[in-house]
Amino acid sequence: MLIKTTKASDIKESEVCDEGVYYSRRKFIKQAAAGTGLLAASSLYLPTSLAMSDDPVAPAVANAKSSPVVKTKQNTLKFKKTQYGTKLKSTPYEYITGYNNFYELGTGKSDPARNAEYLKTEPWSITVEGQAEVTGKFNFEDILKRHSLQERIYRLRCVEAWSMVVPWVGFPLADLIKYFKPNSKAKYVEFQTLYNPKLLPGQNRRVLDWPYTEALRIDEAMNSLSFMAVGIYGKQILNQNGAPIRLVVPWKYGFKNIKSIVKIRFVEKLPRTSWWKSAPQEYGFYANVNPAVDHPRWTQKRERIIGTYRRRKTELFNGYSEEVASMYSGLDLKKNI
Amino acid sequence: MKFNKLVLLKSLVFILALIPFSFYLYQFLSARLANPVEYVTRGTGDWALRFLLITLAITPLKKITGFVQLIRLRRMLGLFAFFYVCVHLAIYCFLDVYLSSDADALQVWQYIKEDILERPFITIGFAAFLLLIPLAVTSTRNMQKRLGANWKKLHRLVYLISILGVIHFFWLVKKDLREPLIYAVILGILLLFRLKLRMPLFRWAQSNKITK
Repeated sequence: MLIKTTKASDIKESEVCDEGVYYSRRKFIKQAAAGTGLLAASSLYLPTSLAMSDDPVAPAVANAKSSPVVKTKQNTLKFKKTQYGTKLKSTPYEYITGYNNFYELGTGKSDPARNAEYLKTEPWSITVEGQAEVTGKFNFEDILKRHSLQERIYRLRCVEAWSMVVPWVGFPLADLIKYFKPNSKAKYVEFQTLYNPKLLPGQNRRVLDWPYTEALRIDEAMNSLSFMAVGIYGKQILNQNGAPIRLVVPWKYGFKNIKSIVKIRFVEKLPRTSWWKSAPQEYGFYANVNPAVDHPRWTQKRERIIGTYRRRKTELFNGYSEEVASMYSGLDLKKNI
Repeated sequence: MKFNKLVLLKSLVFILALIPFSFYLYQFLSARLANPVEYVTRGTGDWALRFLLITLAITPLKKITGFVQLIRLRRMLGLFAFFYVCVHLAIYCFLDVYLSSDADALQVWQYIKEDILERPFITIGFAAFLLLIPLAVTSTRNMQKRLGANWKKLHRLVYLISILGVIHFFWLVKKDLREPLIYAVILGILLLFRLKLRMPLFRWAQSNKITK
């Protein structure tokens, strides 16, 4: 099952993120928290064609009161570009960081950015449990050290019929999983978000059954598209986007892309995931993007493009059929939503 | 109240009632919203519902405060509810369906038809809009006179319309029902007030109060 294939987009061990970046995390997160409110409030006018060399975080951080000016180099990640999504036009940073669904930080779209400062991501560890050889509690920094970072530009399609294009920085989920050596009983990989109502005040209300739980079939998790993101636009990921580490599975609806992960479990039985549990007829386990299957209350045929006045036609598997369709051959996608 | 004062009050309410519209127009044109079409659709929908509830609150407020002239504002407030419903619907039809996609006019009609027939929250919202039309048309003093006793009966439709409006909101929300619940509670109180007015015990209590 765990066959290592080297692709053109794979990167070498020598290109890992350097030490300075790890140690600047604490500082960066403070800066980011201070800058977030400002960023959200001022709705900076940013050019829609933000290039990687641009520094969209810098003005907010530099203007933030009571925080020393930090060179933005410190929170810039070292990564390798890949061919993923080079043809897509990335959504401006202000929208990616200002329009979020992260119910643990509030149910409104601008709530997560406003409440981002509650979440403290240092120290952070991930507990690995279940059907695997290597289990236990792992320091986030140690996990990060093992991986070289790469950028992948993916379109994120929300179940609410909007989409944005995000230049994620991170590493393939498959690489992470291989380290833990799951056994043959590991049919599913389950993820959990941090449960701590003090750090995630949205958890004071039982909008969903906390902790937020998501899962993938093991083959889905090992798919080359499945990605663990720790950055956006070359910067360390902000709290409202699921700091310090979150899942990205671009062929599935947004809610599968679980944020701020603290637990990974390898299990034999189909896990009960949060949205599925809350409304099984509306949010299935698979949650594959599919324009042919409407949400019971709204259409999935088209999607609004964030930051624009336009809509586009939704594509099967969000346009990633080539990479993922084979996993679902023989599966009735209309029944298995 | 003197005529001039009433005109002043009416003008003031008129201007206030246009503030949300101006606000959403400005926000929309400022081009710095993540999801501009959704934002103005939601905003104008919120205000349509709010004006419906404000209109329904006039009679109870009149009874409670004894400020009889309030009733003179009711028609205008009701028409503003209709105005915001129309803007809300127009945004959906033109901005959301027509301008935002490259569909031609025929396809647009197909999209809208499909939405109305297949999405319960749109079905119910559209029904509320249709029911509001006769009320807006018969809102003039002239029509009021012509319809006589039937006018009041016809305009009781506003209770049904408000209930449909709140359900429209409920069915749209994904999970956090707090906001539609607030509207439901306010509507519930306003409707209860009407029921109470019809209850003999309440009438008796009222008459006792007056004789005191």
